Amino acid sequence: MELTLWTYEGPPHVGAMRIAASMKGVHYVLHAPQGDTYADLLFTMIERRGKRPPVTYTTFQARDLGGDTAELVKRHIREAVERFKPDALLVGESCTAELIQDQPGALAGGMGFELPIVSLELPAYSKKENWGASETLYQLVRGLLKNQEVNSEGHNPKAWQNQGRRPRVNLIGPSLLGFRCRDDVIEISRLLASHGIDVNTVVPLEATVADVMRLTEADLNICLYAEISESCCSWMERQFGMPFTRTMPIGVGATADFLAEVHGLLGMDPPDPREGEHSSKLPWYSASVDSTYLTGKRVFIFGDGSHVLAAARIANEELGFQVVGLGTYSREMARPVRAAAKALGLEALISDDYLAVEAAMAEAVPELVLGTQMERHSAKRLGIPCAVISTPMHVQDVPARFSPQMGWEGANVIFDSWVHPLMMGLEEHLIGMFRHDFEFVDGHQSHLGHLGGLQSAQVDDVPAIEENAPESSATEANGSSVAVATASLEWTVDGEAELKKIPFFVRGKVRRNTEAFAKEKGLNRIDSETLYDAKAHFSA
Amino acid sequence: MSGPTLLKESGPREVFCGLTSIVWLHRRMPDAFFLVVGSRTCAHLIQSAAGVMIFAEPRFGTAILNERDLAGLADAQEELDRVAKELLQRRPEIRTLFLVGSCPSEVIKLDLSRAAERLTDELQGRVRVVNYSGSGIETTFTQGEDGALAALIPFLPSSDERQLLLVGTLADAVEDRLVHLFNKLNINAIKSLPPRQSTDLPAVGPGTTVLLTQPYLTTTARLLKDRGARVLTAPFPLGAEGSRRWMETAARDFEVDEAQMDSVLSPLMERAQIALAPHREVLKGKRIFLLPESQLELPLARFLQRECGMELVEVGTPYLNRDQMAEEIALLPEGTPVMEGQHVELQLDRVRESKPDLVVCGMGLANPLEAEGIATKWSIELVFSPIHGIDQAGELAELFSRPLRRHQLLTH
Repeated sequence: MELTLWTYEGPPHVGAMRIAASMKGVHYVLHAPQGDTYADLLFTMIERRGKRPPVTYTTFQARDLGGDTAELVKRHIREAVERFKPDALLVGESCTAELIQDQPGALAGGMGFELPIVSLELPAYSKKENWGASETLYQLVRGLLKNQEVNSEGHNPKAWQNQGRRPRVNLIGPSLLGFRCRDDVIEISRLLASHGIDVNTVVPLEATVADVMRLTEADLNICLYAEISESCCSWMERQFGMPFTRTMPIGVGATADFLAEVHGLLGMDPPDPREGEHSSKLPWYSASVDSTYLTGKRVFIFGDGSHVLAAARIANEELGFQVVGLGTYSREMARPVRAAAKALGLEALISDDYLAVEAAMAEAVPELVLGTQMERHSAKRLGIPCAVISTPMHVQDVPARFSPQMGWEGANVIFDSWVHPLMMGLEEHLIGMFRHDFEFVDGHQSHLGHLGGLQSAQVDDVPAIEENAPESSATEANGSSVAVATASLEWTVDGEAELKKIPFFVRGKVRRNTEAFAKEKGLNRIDSETLYDAKAHFSA
Repeated sequence: MSGPTLLKESGPREVFCGLTSIVWLHRRMPDAFFLVVGSRTCAHLIQSAAGVMIFAEPRFGTAILNERDLAGLADAQEELDRVAKELLQRRPEIRTLFLVGSCPSEVIKLDLSRAAERLTDELQGRVRVVNYSGSGIETTFTQGEDGALAALIPFLPSSDERQLLLVGTLADAVEDRLVHLFNKLNINAIKSLPPRQSTDLPAVGPGTTVLLTQPYLTTTARLLKDRGARVLTAPFPLGAEGSRRWMETAARDFEVDEAQMDSVLSPLMERAQIALAPHREVLKGKRIFLLPESQLELPLARFLQRECGMELVEVGTPYLNRDQMAEEIALLPEGTPVMEGQHVELQLDRVRESKPDLVVCGMGLANPLEAEGIATKWSIELVFSPIHGIDQAGELAELFSRPLRRHQLLTH
């Protein structure tokens, strides 16, 4: 038994719903009790879908359990097939149905339908949403393609060269409730087209069963979101010999690597490695003098595995930030995230306990948080600017405008959406700094909520949360449990005065360094001399 | 027989389970914690229904069962003790811990009452641990509150005092207003269940008159009767008319004279008419279809038809307690289809055929219907908003007129 307050991922059958709802002509009969229909609102509210997810829930109740629940399952399958006339049927169960073992997949198989039926076994008590989506995509593709003839000469990804046509690829993995998938597909299709590469089909987003059947007509699979599509791509590689890409094209460097990988696998001449410099604004914006301000900004990164790996690389190599925390809730991706963290001199945080993530965030005293909606809330409580880079997300993370993460335009979007909150954070400091000036308008409303504006005096030194403070929960209404971490250290009046003379934008760092220095030296009082000693120590 | 036509239907349902009511119950009692014993689905449901994550640490959580618990490798009772103690250690301000049963815990027959008793003993009165089921196999949406309140009944002290007990969660401001009005009617001994502090449980006994503020408290009402209380049957306090009759029913039980009732309530009614007028203009003659979810559907339909001039196409309800709803049923127009239960597909077919101007439905269905050009009102908003009482009639009507006004604004 595990105590959970907020969760990063839903149960695995929600992952299956993401695949079904992404596609056209696929229906999912889910053996599930009344109440599990809540999952519809994820699609209709967060994604603002104008269509119900194609799911029929058996919604059994206690009184059904005494009777023949198998018959109930069959009735719902029959009604769903008659009403929705799907091209393929997914059949599975949610956590409660798993316990009563009606085997809905086997039941459906025995009902004599002509259409393809894929039985999903998604262990609800050990697996989660992304795994469920990945497994469903794999089972569906495998179920539809397993009888397709395998080319006896093996698959040749360079075959297009002899067939007088452009190379063509599949985009595998974009799904509903994924992060910016809709726009990534547009951007990557455009990018590939500019290199003379066609998209054969996209699966599962907007795909029909016929589209899935055409998957093997492509030369290469593009595995866009490893969490969702790697097992499907691996199977197609084993079954048909179709290779697939490993690079997720998020960021200028990764997009260039991705293009090189695609060109290499397809046997094309290598692309210009400097293409990003003129195709994306990120490199120049980052090099421009205004961005000097970004140097060494402390950034804390947490989210799904593939998005945090991409974010860490961009932060480190393309924006000149200092990554001070890196972690993921995707246990399946723990290994590469650990390796990436190690390369940055960090220890990765692999956890799905958002309180542990919040504690690590507070500990790392970042100036920017890149995370999920959970970290957005935690960062808000700590008064730290935040940009959302990964699911789980809120409705505002599904913007109306075109805002991909992938490709050259994705890099532009990332520059704006990461730097903007940082600049807003700087404005907060300025407001705090000038708050005593007579021009200052009383009642300034801060975009950082309760912590900003007039109260930001508390924030001009980087705040830290008191660790293990149960009171933090009692203050949930105002959410401000910020206190300056000076547990055993005392600043003298003279020390504080000296600290105040230091420009606000480095003051937090100086305070931290000085306190670390004082602790190291076993001091418990910090005066102006200690401050200068520390300054000398750290610049030496 | 005259009156509405009572119908029943079964099939796939699109309703929340009882766990959802934790979302408002935990707000009412800030010293209580709701620990669902269930699966990741339960945790995800409450999180999704709560919509936004506003709290550092919410006062609800889920003890997620895993394979070890199911395979019997771990003793579920021991595990529950461990999780509950871990939680209480972190939240020392909690005085009442609700162990909330879920679909999986009910199916594996995990005995939460045994756990609750044992934990209460071990915690030696520092924290009271109670249990109820919010599982989807037994409850829908608001029935979760019925279960939570019913679980508290055995702990209510006994008293013969003559008093009025308001039962059902109300917004604090609305409750204050209603209490103030009852005081003006010389009813001064007024208690509430749930109380604002979980430790401040009201006494109950033969002198207690129970006035239900919400229509979904069937079990709670029965248990209060068993404790000797008198449970009144009245229209529910939604809309000016319903609220007035609700207050009058209590006042008569306290032998308040009619002239005094009239002098207190009539000015309120006049003011409510002024507040309702602009909304009636928008709602009059418009056709409304209520899908089943909260059990508030009948009183809402009665209000919208009688006070706002709307036409009722169909009134769905997940469950119909005919005794408790007798007064509401009597106020609905002849022949109104009242549908208990649901076959969501057939019901949506009827929605599309009848082309109503407004549909009350859950969040899963709202945008799909909007995309078809049908204006909707989320039923969940009705259980979160302060809508009870004569003074709130205008606000209640506004919840329904706004989507129609918006449609008009965007299409002209």
